[in-house]
Amino acid sequence: MDFDWQPVWLTLKLAGTTTVLLLIIGTPIAWWLARTHVWYKQALAAVVALPLVLPPTVLGFYLLIMLAPDGPVGQLTQAMGIGTLPFTFEGLVFASVLYSLPFAVQPLQNAFEALGPRPMEVASTLRASPWDRFLTVVIPLARPGFLTAAVLCFAHTIGEFGVVLMIGGNIPGETKVLSVAIYDHVESLEYGQAHLLAAGMLAFSFLVLMTLYLVNGRYTRSHRP
Amino acid sequence: MKPLTIILLTILLSVTNAAAEEVTIAIAANFTDVARILAKRFEQQTGHATRISYGSTGKLYSQIEHGAPFEVFLAADRARPQKAEKEGLAVTGSGFVYARGKLVLWSLKESLFEQGERYLNEGDFHHLALANPKTAPYGLAAQQVMQHLGILERTRPRLVRGDSIAQTFQFVATGNAEAGFVALAQIKAWPGENGSLWEIPESYYAPIDQAAVLLNKGRDNPAAYAFLDFLKSGEAKQVIQTYGYGVE
Repeated sequence: MDFDWQPVWLTLKLAGTTTVLLLIIGTPIAWWLARTHVWYKQALAAVVALPLVLPPTVLGFYLLIMLAPDGPVGQLTQAMGIGTLPFTFEGLVFASVLYSLPFAVQPLQNAFEALGPRPMEVASTLRASPWDRFLTVVIPLARPGFLTAAVLCFAHTIGEFGVVLMIGGNIPGETKVLSVAIYDHVESLEYGQAHLLAAGMLAFSFLVLMTLYLVNGRYTRSHRP
Repeated sequence: MKPLTIILLTILLSVTNAAAEEVTIAIAANFTDVARILAKRFEQQTGHATRISYGSTGKLYSQIEHGAPFEVFLAADRARPQKAEKEGLAVTGSGFVYARGKLVLWSLKESLFEQGERYLNEGDFHHLALANPKTAPYGLAAQQVMQHLGILERTRPRLVRGDSIAQTFQFVATGNAEAGFVALAQIKAWPGENGSLWEIPESYYAPIDQAAVLLNKGRDNPAAYAFLDFLKSGEAKQVIQTYGYGVE
């Protein structure tokens, strides 16, 4: 059977890009949420967690309206000269970042909160600059948090379906990711192809989670006092 | 009114109520708007109730194949109902064509094109929407039109596929795709601006003969038969025609 690798590479590219972006965007948000005591903190935490409970169709619907040529974001992207986002790889990245945001922020926030203010205070008595403190103290100490965030974002983006179906347009090599390809095969009664991709997904997802648990388990054990 | 008459009437009414059944129907997405009107009239006339699922013909067929509880199937092609009969999923000989679909090229933008054919040939667009040709007969017809015009290969990278003709319509109606191949019936039911419309000559694509069939699950349901009869009635045909379909 002629196996089509394109959806596989595309999915990995999407998940990889999304994960990198989310670690960059999610870290400051999580740090701020872990440290701040402002009255609206819980409201913002709730906003970040929204994609966990919202059906992907809600996100897909709003994205379709907002990203359209006459929608607010669509007008902005056009003014910036990027064109419109739906039916493009960039559009999927944008959607995935929103969709997987809680999977980056929450593990990081938990890790930062678990650190407490103490290590930073100690570091600052040693005259470490805030940036230095973050890079050399916080990041190494919060390593399991970063690892969990990265793996969850990656895995969650790979499993994304509803949003992609709504704003993707099923374009091979651009927006036809694995989950959509499987759906397409099933709908077209091409069960052989569907089985291959589906079984691959199952094995991959299991391996990813298994690795995460093993690594995190070892890390926790080795750092037990 | 004599007491006896009242009693008789009451009995008669309860009898007709007891005869009222519910029929579960799978309907191709292009027929959504017409089906809503037809179902309402059918319910008023017969007292039966309807439960309708909309989707692309291919998707509905694969659901039927896997035991979906549909009793009647209104497809957007002839092939799937025929296949259902052949595979023993539908009652043999129950199929008939209830409408002939018309494909149009449509854009939300007014005066985007006067002649759709030239617009397609010039290819001045980022995204052109069509339904998935593998599962949606209107998508297949759209593909045939592009083949006929000899533009399929060079347009391919810019084609966006809707899961059904309904999603395709929504891609165009939200302005996310500049233009798209949709069903004429969808335009007739669209409450918004007309935009640009090209009624594609029917010689450019194989006829979209939409066939209905009685599925095995509806074999013993009088409401299923009643719905198919209603679909053949002059009244139903008139409604179907109003929405831009051809009828026999």
